[in-house]
Parts: sequence; C-alpha cells; structure tokens
Amino acid sequence: MRRDYTIYLFAALGTFLVLYIALPIVVVFVRQASDAEMLIKTLHDPLVLEALRNSLVTATATAFIALFFGVPLGYVLARKEFPGKSLVQALVDVPIVIPHSVVGIMLLVTFSRTILDNYLGIISAMLFVSAPFTINASRDGFLGVDEKLEGVARTLGASRLRAFASIAFPLAFPNIASGAIMTWARAISEVGSILIVAYYPKTAQVLILEYFNNYGLRASRPIAILMVSISLVIFVLLRWLIGRAKNA
Amino acid sequence: MLEVKDISKDYGDFHLRDISFTVSEGEYFIILGPSGAGKTVLLEVIAGLISPDSGRILLNGIDITEWPPERRGLAYVPQNYALFPHMSVHDNIAFGLRLRKLPKAEIEKRVKEIVEVLGIENLLKRKPRTLSGGEQQRVALARALVTEPPLILLDEPFANLDVQTRGRLINEMKRWKKELGFTALHVTHFFEEAVSLGDRVGVMLDGRLVQVGDVGEVFSRPSSERVARFLGFENIIEGTAEGRKLRANGIEIELPTEAHGEVRVGLRPEDVIIFTEPMKTSVRNVLRARVEGIEELGPIVRLRLNASGLAISAFITRSSFIELGISTGKEVYVGFKASALHVF
Repeated sequence: MRRDYTIYLFAALGTFLVLYIALPIVVVFVRQASDAEMLIKTLHDPLVLEALRNSLVTATATAFIALFFGVPLGYVLARKEFPGKSLVQALVDVPIVIPHSVVGIMLLVTFSRTILDNYLGIISAMLFVSAPFTINASRDGFLGVDEKLEGVARTLGASRLRAFASIAFPLAFPNIASGAIMTWARAISEVGSILIVAYYPKTAQVLILEYFNNYGLRASRPIAILMVSISLVIFVLLRWLIGRAKNA
Repeated sequence: MLEVKDISKDYGDFHLRDISFTVSEGEYFIILGPSGAGKTVLLEVIAGLISPDSGRILLNGIDITEWPPERRGLAYVPQNYALFPHMSVHDNIAFGLRLRKLPKAEIEKRVKEIVEVLGIENLLKRKPRTLSGGEQQRVALARALVTEPPLILLDEPFANLDVQTRGRLINEMKRWKKELGFTALHVTHFFEEAVSLGDRVGVMLDGRLVQVGDVGEVFSRPSSERVARFLGFENIIEGTAEGRKLRANGIEIELPTEAHGEVRVGLRPEDVIIFTEPMKTSVRNVLRARVEGIEELGPIVRLRLNASGLAISAFITRSSFIELGISTGKEVYVGFKASALHVF
C-alpha cells in the first residue's frame, strides 16, 4: 500500500504550532524553578495575593453574567428567525475584532465615572470582550438539539420554559459550559481594556505589567507563573469535568 | 372527536390546502400520501407545534386552534421517535406523567402497565441510543400512550425499520390497538399500513386531501387517476376468513394462506384474467361478473367489473379487449390465482 504522505506532511506542519505554544509555557516554569527564592517572596506579597483574588473573582463573576444573559440569547438565535437576526449575529462577534485598548476607551466614554476604577469597571471590560464565547457556544449547543425533542415534550404537557429546562438546556449543557469556560479564560487573560477602565482595584494581569515596568522581568515572572498555573489548573479541570459529563 | 376544518399552511416547501376531515373516537385513521405531500406539517399543525395560516381544529367540539401543544394533550410520535437521549427509557415514559404531578406510586403503576403491554419491561434502565429501531419505536409509543391522550399522532411509525421488524410491528400494532383502544391518526406512504391498520383512510397528494373514506371503498373506487396510480393495489376485498376460505359478499374466495376473522386481501388489476366462456383452468378463483365501466388507457384497457356486488377492476390489453368483444353490460368470467392474492 502507498504511504499516506500528505497526512505526515500536515502533521509535521501542525507540530510547529503545538511546540510554539508549549515552549514558552515550559520555559517560563523551568527558568522560575532556578529562582525559588523570588517565587516564595512573591507568594508572601499581600499585594500579589490581593490582585490574584481580584482577577479570579471578577473573571468568575463575568462568566456567570455572560451565562445569565448569553444562554437566553443563544437560544433565541438558535430557534427563531426574525428580521435583523444576521445583524445581531454579526454584532455578537464584533468584540473579537476590536483592539482591546479601543474597547476600554469606548466603555469609558460611554459609562465614564460609573465604571472608572472599580470592580464594576473590571467586569464591564471583561464581559465586553468575553461574552461572545458563551453566546456562540450556547447557540451552537441549542442548534445541536433536535427541535422535535422539545416539540414532543410540549405535547406531553411541558410548557416552553419547562421543555427548555428539562430537554434543551441539559442537552446543550456541555456546549454551554465549554463556552462559559472560554469566557472565563478570556476574561482572566484580559489586560488592554482593564488598564484603561480600571487600573484599580488591581488585578493580577495589571500587576504583572506594573512590576515589569517598575522592577523588570525577574519581579514580574513569579506572578505570571502563579497566574498561568491557576488558570491552567482550573481550565483543564473544568474541561475534564465537561468531557466526563458528555460521555455519561 | 377530532375535526380538522379547511386547514391551509405554507411551511417551507410544503403547502397544505383546505384540509378537512374528522376522526371519531376509537378510530384508526390513516393519511396516505407520497413523501413531500406535507403529512408531517399537518400532524404538527394538529399537535399545536405549527400554527395554521387558516382553518380550525376542533377537539370534542371545542376549538383548540389557538391552544399551545401542552394544553391540547395530543400525543405525538415523530418519525425519528425523538426519544430524550439524556433520560433512561423509564424516565422517557414517565415524563408526561411527572408533568401531571401524579403520585409516584401511580406513575410506577402506569409505566409498568404500558411496558407490559408493549413488551419492553426489560428495557427500562437503558438509554435510548442503545436501543434497536423496533425498541425505540415501542418506547416512543409507550411514552405517548401512557398519558392516555385523547388522540395519538403517528408520523411514519414504521418507516425507519427493516422489512421484517416492520411486518412484525404492524401486526403487533393491530393487537395493541385492540387492547388499549386508543384513537390514532397515522400518516404514512406505505399503503400496506393503511390496509392493515386503517379503519378509514385519507389520500393526500400535493398538500390536498383528495379522497377520504373506508379503506375498501377508497381502494376500490379511487376518485381520480392519480389516486389510483398512487394506491397501486386497486382491488381490496374485505371479508371473513376461515382457514383458506374467504367469504365476501356471499362469494367464496380461496386464499393462498390460512387466515381467521376479518381480513382484507389485495389483488392487482393486472393479475385478473377475463374470459367469456367457462373453461377448465388452474385458476382457483372464478367469478361471474358484469362489465360496468371501460376506460381506455392507451395500449391498456381498464375494466370495472361487478361480481355479485364485489367491485373488481382489471387491466387487459387492447387487443384482447377487441378480440373478446367486451362492451358495457356484458357478462364475463373473472379469474385470479389464489397466489395472486395478498392477505393483509
């Protein structure tokens, strides 16, 4: 049989990206391992701990807000045809193409002091850039649920809301949860718009930048390590849980 | 019981036009039509999942056209059965009962009863995706019937099954229908289902219900050429079977297989032999009949014959039509082999 060279070639090309993503993560950990002293010092820095807590709390809050508004929107987009639907679809994707500093400026111009340097500001910035993930994932999830299932549930006596809650939502849940995790991940990695809208209360992302500017690479790296570790552990754990739920 | 009045609906490529019919209590009504006739849309309009552009739907005399599906309580079994994939068979069947907030013991009792009748007791803990087509069909039926709906809507319930399972389940359905006494509206493009199960049948072509009537009547007197062509089997003889003998209208007909009780047999017009004088032949069934109608269809002629009240239609070639000198009112002999009969 002839060897399938095409797939080997593609695999070789694809490997470049895999290595390119993995390498910096590995290297930053390896470098830090030789500088344990600084890591321990950082772990005792109340400013760092406070910033990490802020990041986690605001990103989590953002994910829940995105779910609360994004799931219903995803359902409507999946189930209803209405005038202007493609406009709504396009608008949902807009935050992905706007530079994040621009997002910060737009938000500040629109809401000014209400969101300046407070938790609401951080969450507003995060929500703007990260909500599309939850909306699109929910929509795709609901599109994957056969509408007949809900139809049958209704003939059996379920209201639309009940059919949604007991049929559509549980079946679309793996998609919705993946979307929420993406939203969370995108939120916790957001810097650009937060720098402009809410420099304080300080989030870890902003603190890393501040330490880098003021004290250099050696001071900012341990925070970066902590941030990446926490994010990766939560990201991987949640994805694993969803994968299990999907196969149950 | 169910009254459908002048329903029209444009839905995608489907166009329902002035559909009217009634289904009475305890009746098994079949709508027969080719794929794409709009049968599914009609069922979903009746179920309340699609609202009609015009027309009314009455259930026991009450106008339910504007009611949401959950208020109508008409059970619907879609062609793909639409079992809830994330629930066990038991929870699928109990779904409607739980919504009715019945006490747990009552729910268990009713689930147990229906699964016993349908022979699916051993599937209760399984997930739908592990079931065979025939099993899925029965679970869907159980889920629909367990709430004791006034009417059950069946969309091509046997279409997704292999030929053997289909034949077996059609026979089972006859038994379930007797045992559970439900009222059904069943749409299909298989005329065998109409003949086997239907009390009455409606023929649907291009979104219109072109003919409604008793099964025997519709098959023996199609209202138009298109209906006749779609139905294929034009001769449906109804009677009482006893072993290999079928008594119909005082005439005795020999059957290819043993049967008992009320049965319908089908006979294709091209399998009917016409002769003008009695003769010795291997053909087991010979009847005297009078020619009541002649239709010339190019090289083929269709004869409408009356054998002591039994309507039979036959195809003969143009040349034999001329040679035999057949004319309206003429007395002829009609013959058909027992093996040409199809017992439903």
